[in-house]
Amino acid sequence: MTIKHHPEESTLLAYATNNLPEAFNLIVASHVSLCDECRAIVESHDTLGGALIETGTVASMDTESLDRALARLDVKTMPERKRHTPGTLPTPLQDYVGGDVDSIRWQPVGMGVKQAILPTSSAATARLLYIPAGAAMPHHSHKGTEMTLVLQGAFEDEDGRFARGDVEVADADVHHTPIADIGEDCICLAVTEAPLRFKGWLPRIMQRFVRI
Amino acid sequence: MGLMSERILTGQNEKQTEPDWVLMILAVRDHRDRAAFARLFEHFAPRIKGFLINSGADPSMAEECAQDVMTTLWHKAAQFDPSRASVAAWIFTIARNRRIDMLRKQRRPEPEDLTWGPEPEPDQADVVALQQETNNLAKALKSLPKVQRDLIEKAYFGDLTQSEIAKITGLPLGTIKSRIRLALDRLRHAMKQ
Repeated sequence: MTIKHHPEESTLLAYATNNLPEAFNLIVASHVSLCDECRAIVESHDTLGGALIETGTVASMDTESLDRALARLDVKTMPERKRHTPGTLPTPLQDYVGGDVDSIRWQPVGMGVKQAILPTSSAATARLLYIPAGAAMPHHSHKGTEMTLVLQGAFEDEDGRFARGDVEVADADVHHTPIADIGEDCICLAVTEAPLRFKGWLPRIMQRFVRI
Repeated sequence: MGLMSERILTGQNEKQTEPDWVLMILAVRDHRDRAAFARLFEHFAPRIKGFLINSGADPSMAEECAQDVMTTLWHKAAQFDPSRASVAAWIFTIARNRRIDMLRKQRRPEPEDLTWGPEPEPDQADVVALQQETNNLAKALKSLPKVQRDLIEKAYFGDLTQSEIAKITGLPLGTIKSRIRLALDRLRHAMKQ
């Protein structure tokens, strides 16, 4: 399995420096979990952050600061986070779902397509999409950028074929018609900058369904 | 473990005036060494505090946050991988996440942890090479034009929009990226065994 489609370099920098809305953080963390190429880029951005700290401003600590820290070393303050095992969903996504694919609370949107909106800050929307093998993605319009990460199966559109780990980046003016591979049902994470507006998608999807 | 420490010690450049921070973290990890912790604290805590003040935190919050970052370092020392990160880089990631917690901002999902397989330690040559690349990166950062460096700093202080971030170009990351990539390949290989 080779990942061919990646987020833009500037998106990875914005992730490392925490300049992204939560939903985009989620999709980048999920992609990076599957893609060592992008993990290396993010971690080199972390190295740069370290270099900035190392060469940056020095602000003296309070006089008793070290003593207070030493006194706190034996107090275990942080509870261990519940750890998930990587499955179809990478662990950052499992944290939102509460488990792997079996734990997703799907809501049907018609024609076998299902979605689950994930709880993130309102600056952007993250949702999981389930598209039956051979069916088309529901048509929707969105403002700003939309990123889609494939988690299971694959889809194909004018820009190529997207399989597990691949990310498609689409601007608002892109009109693409992704169709899921016939072999397996497709599960994706889709993230949009503004809330989604489904616009007459039901007739459209019926059209495409009939076409297939 | 002893062998690894010795090799780091002997591999240390004599002209280098700063202590070997990797060695300090390993002393914290393996021996719960409070003296090593104190040295790490004295060097890094004021820098974390300075960084946080520059990114908009008030001094008392920056003070508290810097202390928290250092105690987190104590508790999480076992997770530090010196073939993939400098001590400063690791501290940066802890400080970034601690700052988010304190500001009660939105959650920041983290990528899956990559844990070591049966092979207990990273390759020593990888560790030395990574730390060398980190020094080169710090030098490259110093030689950047001021305008460019200011823009990068603003990005790291969390002050830029996505479109402003897209304007940042020419980050001197090429060699450090391939170094980390190599360490990730070795890690994946060890995980498969």
